[in-house]
Amino acid sequence: MKLITAVIQPHKLDDVKSALEAAGVRGMTVSEASGYGRQKGHTEVYRGAEYTVDLVPKVRVEVLVEDGDATTLAGVVVNAAQSGKIGDGKVWVSPVEDVIRVRTGASGPDAL
Amino acid sequence: MEELNYGATAWMLTSASLVLLMTPGLALFYGGMTRSKSVLNMMMMSFGAMGVIGVIYVLWGWSMSYGADVGGIFGNPFDQFGLVGTIYDESGEFIIDGFGVPAIVGVAFQVTFAIITTALISGAIADRTKFSSWMVFVALWVTLAYFPMAHMVWGGGLLSGDGPFAGIAAPIDFAGGTVVHINAGVAGLVLALIIGKRKGFGTDPMRPHNLPLVMLGAALLWFGWFGFNAGSAFTADGTAGLAWVNTTSATAAAMLGWLLTERIKYGKGTSLGAASGVVAGLVAITPAAGALNPVTSIALGAIAGVLCALAVGLKHKLGYDDSLDVVGVHLVGGLVGTVLIGVFATDGGLIFGGGFNQLAVQIIIAVVAIVFSGVITAVIGLAIKATMGWRVPEEDEVRGIDLAEHAETAYEEINS
Repeated sequence: MKLITAVIQPHKLDDVKSALEAAGVRGMTVSEASGYGRQKGHTEVYRGAEYTVDLVPKVRVEVLVEDGDATTLAGVVVNAAQSGKIGDGKVWVSPVEDVIRVRTGASGPDAL
Repeated sequence: MEELNYGATAWMLTSASLVLLMTPGLALFYGGMTRSKSVLNMMMMSFGAMGVIGVIYVLWGWSMSYGADVGGIFGNPFDQFGLVGTIYDESGEFIIDGFGVPAIVGVAFQVTFAIITTALISGAIADRTKFSSWMVFVALWVTLAYFPMAHMVWGGGLLSGDGPFAGIAAPIDFAGGTVVHINAGVAGLVLALIIGKRKGFGTDPMRPHNLPLVMLGAALLWFGWFGFNAGSAFTADGTAGLAWVNTTSATAAAMLGWLLTERIKYGKGTSLGAASGVVAGLVAITPAAGALNPVTSIALGAIAGVLCALAVGLKHKLGYDDSLDVVGVHLVGGLVGTVLIGVFATDGGLIFGGGFNQLAVQIIIAVVAIVFSGVITAVIGLAIKATMGWRVPEEDEVRGIDLAEHAETAYEEINS
């Protein structure tokens, strides 16, 4: 099993959700995140005092998938999250040793 | 005896209530501008001023402002201590003033001015001041600086139409340019210098934690200011209406002036700039609200908006930490309003052929107000520094003054 983690632009969340659902994904975890990549942050002005804000708001989407689906689904996320502008985010795939469904105690692929 | 004027009385009670609302409005305005770890303390400084002055005013505040004159500087605190002799006449009837309004309603109106003026100062010393020291300062400052200034300007003292400068031209301070804004602005500057900078000032970002609160506070201030300025006609008449319209036209122009200045300097007009421009305009029109016409009010407001927007940057250049710009908004705005009356006043202003006399008198009362407020505030501020001290320990300042001073936090997680 794999964990796909995507840190994306907040306004792309709906597109990513729809694309993953259309690709057969039945569950995901979404959380607010903040950070920066190569684009760095932005400048805010308060009564003439300028502040550089490094950490910009992002959304993190996490999806547990079977090994064989990981590459395809990561591609689905990338396509859906892409605006072509700087700050679109990152998607990465990591191995997962085991998954257990809390309600039934089932583990492995059955728990996905 | 004057006959009771129900319309005037109703308006003055309404005005007093409107002005009282300004202080909780100020708490929101200031609270939103602080960091999230300091918002409760900021708001408590306003509420604390309401507590202390609400008590002091009826004991000796009214008497020191409007009681028997002592040397043109202040009223005798024992003349009407506890409002004795203020409420009823010898026959037990309510005393009615020249506008047909009971004198006790005048007390209600005036106490609200003392409260908001003192609360204004707290913006200069946000985030680092012991609450106990603030409460002691409030009691001393309102007694030694505010009541005398109110007496000098409005109570028949040195800076009033009965004072020595009236020989040049009668000084004009309709609703409190000297008494309220220059007074509070100078006090803010002096305290900021005595107390010193917040830890991290100039290096750490200290952005306002909640701009919607700031906007809400500015809106409540504008609403309450109608009582402040239109109520300063002391009756419900054309002067009150003129003050209302002038207040709005000047404030609108000041907001536009501030936004335009930001747009030119930084490329964007900000919400904090709009809220600040509103307050700058309200401040500037305060002394002038009854003396200008709506068109010259627009000019006055626009000038105040631009100058205050430029003035708030001074603290970064000069290195003093007036946290929420009491100096840039209230001192500068108060000076603009007080001095430009000499230019724009319909009766006696420079551009209406009145010559330089009014302008000269307006400058004189502004300078006297600056010196008086500066000296008194410095004496009180240094005395508190030498005795109980002003500042919370550095670790409390870093951890958050809300938790240290009030054992509370505004939000579940502390994000400075």
